[in-house]
Amino acid sequence: MVGGGGVNDATLASSFDIERIRRDFPILAQTVRGKPLVFLDSGASAQKPRAVIDAMVRCMEERYANVHRGAYFLSEAATEAYEAARGAVARFLNAADPREIVFTTNSTAAINLVAHSWGRGVMQPGQAVLISELEHHANIVPWQLLRDDKGIALRVARVTDSGEIDLDDVAAKLADGKVGLVAMAHMSNVLGTVAPVERIIRMAQAAGAKVLLDGSQAAVHRRVDMQALGADFYVFTGHKLYGPTGIGVLWARLEHQERMPPFLGGGDMISMVTMERSEWAPPPAKFEAGTPPIIEAVGLHAAIDYVSAIGMPAIEAHERQLVDHAMRRLTDIDGLTLLGRAQDRGGVFAFALDNAHPHDLATLLDRAGIAVRAGRHCAEPLHSRFGVEGGTVRASFGLYTTAQEVDFLAEALTKAREFFA
Amino acid sequence: MFDDLRDLYQEVILDHGRKPRNFRRLEDADRVARGDNPMCGDRLELFLKLAPDGSIADAAFQGRGCAISTASASLLTETVKGKSQEAAHALSDQFRTLAMTGACPECGATLADEMERLQPLSGVHEFPSRVKCATLAWHTLNAALDAAPGQIKEASSE
Repeated sequence: MVGGGGVNDATLASSFDIERIRRDFPILAQTVRGKPLVFLDSGASAQKPRAVIDAMVRCMEERYANVHRGAYFLSEAATEAYEAARGAVARFLNAADPREIVFTTNSTAAINLVAHSWGRGVMQPGQAVLISELEHHANIVPWQLLRDDKGIALRVARVTDSGEIDLDDVAAKLADGKVGLVAMAHMSNVLGTVAPVERIIRMAQAAGAKVLLDGSQAAVHRRVDMQALGADFYVFTGHKLYGPTGIGVLWARLEHQERMPPFLGGGDMISMVTMERSEWAPPPAKFEAGTPPIIEAVGLHAAIDYVSAIGMPAIEAHERQLVDHAMRRLTDIDGLTLLGRAQDRGGVFAFALDNAHPHDLATLLDRAGIAVRAGRHCAEPLHSRFGVEGGTVRASFGLYTTAQEVDFLAEALTKAREFFA
Repeated sequence: MFDDLRDLYQEVILDHGRKPRNFRRLEDADRVARGDNPMCGDRLELFLKLAPDGSIADAAFQGRGCAISTASASLLTETVKGKSQEAAHALSDQFRTLAMTGACPECGATLADEMERLQPLSGVHEFPSRVKCATLAWHTLNAALDAAPGQIKEASSE
């Protein structure tokens, strides 16, 4: 369930102390090319608060050893910390059971795990996977590989001109009952569109399909609740949630995990090995072959504690105000085309200027201390859909982004357009 | 706000970026190559028409890209016209040195005029993420020169 907003936004946002929050992120204090850093690329990877940095250092200085191995103090302490991180993720997602949490290296690895173990192990040739035009490459390519390998069709639901999933097209593509899995982004990393996932899940379930949601963007911006949502698989990544790189999460129902064959084979995922055969460890260990990202799990735990202390509803309310502000400022700029005008959207804006190529624009903005991303943001089909093969510039917000930074961006864009005039 | 960027975006670059020269297909081209920087989406097609003695009689390009890659391709077509294939190869090597380091100490006097024309692009060396924008056309030139007649070679500066 996506947290409802509106009524309490003002109250929530007023309790949100942005200056204190910014002081929690050491990197934000620096200047770039003599200008204060305006970091508007959190959608690619977010900055890290002191609490995360310190937790990881403390883990390495005081509590580090391999997990699930030694009967000695440090290994037991590290195992406890690693499993505590699993518990924290389970609470963050309101999962029914911590065993539903599988640690991976990132969202891409989590989607590939499902494409491999569910796609190849459970789905049957003749079935189909339904994605949409707005997916990140991480939610396209694994399904193309599955299609080519296993004879499972890949269907693509259209996106409307306003940048929303075309639900009529979803219904049409579910109608023959052949779709075994719907795999869609909860929130677009380009358009900012938040998909109507509750409706999509109901439609999929009525058509007999399972649902995977790519929460890489959404889980950062909103409270997500696995028990309320009713999806089958949900993935997100640590580094976009103010945690470290190298750790991601797959939430998968236990009954699905039971049916799925392992993805990677190796240590930690077995209960018995002989030269002839092996038996798998129970979920989720079955999907965690090899030494896991231990320090990263501790970092992710700290990140979850950090955002939870602020509160996801407060983060969402702050962002809602920023989005409204950015919408006003950006649409005011002559010659600027914004991709997508979804009703329900988060703090991601992709746009193009009429007289400046995205890369030239990004170079200019960098001179003003503003970090944005230029290109196609791992969503080439979506850029083709909107006829901007040359790419866009993307500004994406974090919980530390301020209205003043949005103003800096708008002013710099206006001046950039004059520069290229 | 952007005054210090005038070194990178000199008037010559902005002009060629806005109004690229020789921006057309050569239907009777003897050598064709495609350049593609998949990470940024820049893409161009370079056409060469050869004279009976093998030198470059005409050069043209089409495609899409930023001001720097478009200006670089535009200046390329102007500077290689009339050159022998060997001289075009040499110019390409020298230009890439210029784009990556900002200077070309090894550049001989033979191509001095051409290098001077390309000098406005030397500013990219201070922008590591943009060097490949300037060099894409030149990688594509090498591919075109190495292409067999009728073949379309692919190039990239990634």
